[in-house]
Amino acid sequence: MRTAALLIAVLALAAAPLAADARDDAKKQVEFGISVAQRGLWREAIYRWERATQIDPTYAAAHNNLAIAYEHEGDLAKARAAYEKALELEPGNALIKQNYELFKEINDRTTR
Amino acid sequence: MIARRVSLLASVGAALVVVACTNSFEIPIETPIRPKLDVAAFQRVLVAGFIAGGTEDVDGNLETTRLLRSQLRTKSELRVIDSDVLPLQDVANEGRNGDSGGGGGAAAPALAPIKEQKDLDAYEHVFANVEYWKRIGEEYQQPLIVTGTVLFTPLQRNQIVQREQEVYDSFGRRRVVPVRTYQERKGFSLDGRFIFIDGRSGATLHSESFNEQILYNANQTTPALSSYFELMDRLIPSFLSTLSSQKIKGTRILLQ
Repeated sequence: MRTAALLIAVLALAAAPLAADARDDAKKQVEFGISVAQRGLWREAIYRWERATQIDPTYAAAHNNLAIAYEHEGDLAKARAAYEKALELEPGNALIKQNYELFKEINDRTTR
Repeated sequence: MIARRVSLLASVGAALVVVACTNSFEIPIETPIRPKLDVAAFQRVLVAGFIAGGTEDVDGNLETTRLLRSQLRTKSELRVIDSDVLPLQDVANEGRNGDSGGGGGAAAPALAPIKEQKDLDAYEHVFANVEYWKRIGEEYQQPLIVTGTVLFTPLQRNQIVQREQEVYDSFGRRRVVPVRTYQERKGFSLDGRFIFIDGRSGATLHSESFNEQILYNANQTTPALSSYFELMDRLIPSFLSTLSSQKIKGTRILLQ
């Protein structure tokens, strides 16, 4: 029992830096994605933000950015899924909510 | 719709506060909207005419045809065919005479003028007349044909409305308070259907129904034609997005 508790504590301690590393790596991808998107290179931005969500699937900002890029490319189904994932991860994030509301206005027009 | 806009504004306001405190970047985007209908097979479009009714103040057939042609000319890649507007109501009447046996038989009585939605039902058969549309298609080199129904009717509704009223208290201080009053409102309703027909086969490719209403204070005089254009303005984006791709500009917030 004691050994098991010790093992769990060791694993948790070991996992924490791993998670931090994943977030750091994902963040680098996100930052690079932002810089290329600002220059209009949306395909490259999508590649970077997809990588970021693979490295750290809990990174809401990466999902949000990916949603915007999909929207810009006209892939509205993927955009919706990415926005919903971002909001699932950070339901209180006002910026993601705002992006999603604006997206829904456009999406409704296409389905009307 | 208003509630949704208010919630959107509120979320934009909240977002602006957050923008100042987080690593975020506003970026312009252009969302391409694909057309609902694949019109790649057509080079030309014929807005043929409409079965129209309702108020006599507006010729729904002529005005709708003219408006849609001018919109398509500037906002679609299809070449718009200039032709006389088809008198579809007469065509529908003739069609009925043909169906009743034609030749020596007595002609069917003319269809009643269109005053309300149910009056349109008697004319619907004209859109299903594949041979007729195929013939029209051959005449105009097999374009995409746009037709349908338009019913523009006066509307009157008595309802409780909220308005703001100035009041002064015993000290002469001015206040604005909401007051609910019963008010007579008048306006128009625009109902109908856009029908898209393949000029090669005469078959219907796509159809979409619409209903828009506008109400004014009873003492406000708005010409019927102005109201008609105001209501059509609301329908045009949806109509155009059926035929042509559009790009909607906006901004979003990227997050770090």
